[in-house]
Amino acid sequence: MSAIHLRLGAFAAALALLAVSSGHALAQKKYDVGASDTEIKIGNIMPYSGPASAYGVIGKTEAAYFNKINAEGGINGRKINFVTYDDAYSPPKTVEQARKLVESDEVLLIFNSLGTPPNTAIQKYMNQKKVPQLFVATGATKWNDPQNFPWTMGWQPNYQIESIIYARYILKNHPNAKIAVLYQNDDYGKDYLKGFKDGLGAKAASMIVIEESYEVSEPTIDTHIVKLKATGADVFFNITTPKFAAQAIKKNAEIGWKPLHFLNNVSSSIGSVIKPAGMENAQDIISSNYLKDPTDRQWKDDPGMIAWNEFLDKHYPEANRSDSAVMYGYIVAQGIVHVLKACGDNLTRENVMKQAASIRDLEIGGLLPGIKVNTSPTDFAPLAQLQLMRFKGDTWERFGEILSGDVGG
Amino acid sequence: MSAAEEVVTEAPAVEAVPKRAMTLGYGTSLVVLAALILTPLFVKNFVIFQMTMLLIYGLAVLALNILTGGSGQFSLGQSAFYAIGAYTTAILMEHFNVNYALTLPVAGVICFGAGFLFGQPALRLSGIYLALATFALALAMPQLLKLGFLEHWTGGVQGLVVTKPDAPFGLPLSQDMWLYYFTLAVSIGIYIASVNLLRSRSGRALMSIRDNEIAASAMGVNVALYKTLAFGVSAGITGIAGGLGAIAVQFVAPDGYTITLAISLFVGMVVGGVGWLPGSIVGSAFIIFVPNIAEGISKGLSGAVFGVLLFLVIYLVPHGARQVALVAQQLTAKLKRN
Repeated sequence: MSAIHLRLGAFAAALALLAVSSGHALAQKKYDVGASDTEIKIGNIMPYSGPASAYGVIGKTEAAYFNKINAEGGINGRKINFVTYDDAYSPPKTVEQARKLVESDEVLLIFNSLGTPPNTAIQKYMNQKKVPQLFVATGATKWNDPQNFPWTMGWQPNYQIESIIYARYILKNHPNAKIAVLYQNDDYGKDYLKGFKDGLGAKAASMIVIEESYEVSEPTIDTHIVKLKATGADVFFNITTPKFAAQAIKKNAEIGWKPLHFLNNVSSSIGSVIKPAGMENAQDIISSNYLKDPTDRQWKDDPGMIAWNEFLDKHYPEANRSDSAVMYGYIVAQGIVHVLKACGDNLTRENVMKQAASIRDLEIGGLLPGIKVNTSPTDFAPLAQLQLMRFKGDTWERFGEILSGDVGG
Repeated sequence: MSAAEEVVTEAPAVEAVPKRAMTLGYGTSLVVLAALILTPLFVKNFVIFQMTMLLIYGLAVLALNILTGGSGQFSLGQSAFYAIGAYTTAILMEHFNVNYALTLPVAGVICFGAGFLFGQPALRLSGIYLALATFALALAMPQLLKLGFLEHWTGGVQGLVVTKPDAPFGLPLSQDMWLYYFTLAVSIGIYIASVNLLRSRSGRALMSIRDNEIAASAMGVNVALYKTLAFGVSAGITGIAGGLGAIAVQFVAPDGYTITLAISLFVGMVVGGVGWLPGSIVGSAFIIFVPNIAEGISKGLSGAVFGVLLFLVIYLVPHGARQVALVAQQLTAKLKRN
């Protein structure tokens, strides 16, 4: 059974589209470099070493998933040749590896290269060369820019989408809130803040009573929390990375500040944030997610999770199943397989981008129920939906419907 | 580090200066030069790019070589000067539309200044303490580049994208090939200047400081001035390398200039042979290509494989490429005699 659950309607529509667009050329095979009757060559760049090497798991999961696809006969009879290189999260090295993939290995496309600085380093090159830079692994908003960078496409819900969703929730449920924002002083923090303000719209100026920033180099953010409390705010938007998020949750409890607490999903990990901060301190915090938490008991009998476990048992038994990066790799690999299948026998770079930009309501095992992948020629943000969740007891409880907040870069 | 120290203490001070000890013979130099000029005509653009990076890192290793091999001072902070050079070039090119070739001297001068200033407090430190002080500089640099009030210029974490120059005068060269020859010309210029520097009066002063500071000052060498000058020159060359690197990579970001780069350059210097300038390019080749080889052997253990390879090099040829070259020279001499 294929892991991708295409809806019948979407499938028919895709077929019809293919038939209309290619007409009699349907039978004709068209290839760019990197594709042939027997093989599709895909490039990938990951930090297998260096400071971000924890993310290397994503590349390993993807390789395992392509092994599974190949073992099942490949994509339309073609085997995937997955060439993945290490850049140690260093942009100059990323450029070298990307050029090696494109000019020496001659791959059809580069898929899911990781990190905002590394991807920024190669974005211009990829677009000049007209080689797809597909489903980049970063949460920045700027990848959704089909007009200036038609060969680059994002993947996961970006930071701005997430904070717009919180903003809408606040507008609806707490229209008179006094909001305190704490953010990390870099592109990630500012991306979140921008989305949040855009989401609040005209009310942003009156609702946000304080915007406090901290530097990654600070040992503790306790003083910032005290300052935030002093403003008398009753809503707290916490844009911090795991270590600081844990500090903030703990400090809040210590000084007895109990605002409605929104925590960005970067730091929603139970293991690395909530537990160190104390479960009792984290009650009722609101965050959001788009993929299934593998450690969550409620998915025990979920068919998608059963398929996930079968895949890991067979092709990647040493994987750490509580690592959300494994789930991430599993999901995005299904995304590219869907695109390549949709390309049929027309494996040109142009058609790859065309198919990637015409995904309709694709459901992938591992995404929360109801979250779908959607793209269009003007929308290069495949995942743009999240579901809110609240921390109760020792786990996150999802609530409300699936929310979306499409924004461009 | 022991190999470097050995050289510092054991190198015969008087014999070290005249010719050959610092350079290659004329014949060999010409062969290397010819290879560097002709190879790009027969290879893919990607290889040309790698060769450009080879020259650029070669320059940075050369700069460290002047500092450590010449004046006997250690630095683990070269990545900071490399970053300053890269950012100077990127900012001038992107914000002020300055011609890329003109940004290099500016980068060099600014880094010379930075290195000279840093050399002042460094005077009070020696050996491992100096290495630690420069280490701190390398650690601080990526964060300094992210500072809020500089962000307008540096682009913060996002970095700056740099436009790659086309070949001038309508020359029928690809961008990569033109940049390679441009870098080659700059490299040759700097190499010749460095060799001349070390052979000059100043060079002898530097080496006398390296060999025995007290004796040097007794002979009238201004130890403080020459030590800081060595820092300045080394930083200046590193800055030019950084500027070239920014143009070749077309992007600068704080994450590209971490302490890892500084340590790579240090490794390159040791592998190439401390104090032997032509070794710089060998060292540079080591730090560019060996990680790729290591990755080819094992993806998960690439760091460990690199470590093993480095260990083998240090264990088998502690004086690096210099030792290999020396053995080769003796062998050819023997063959000639026979």
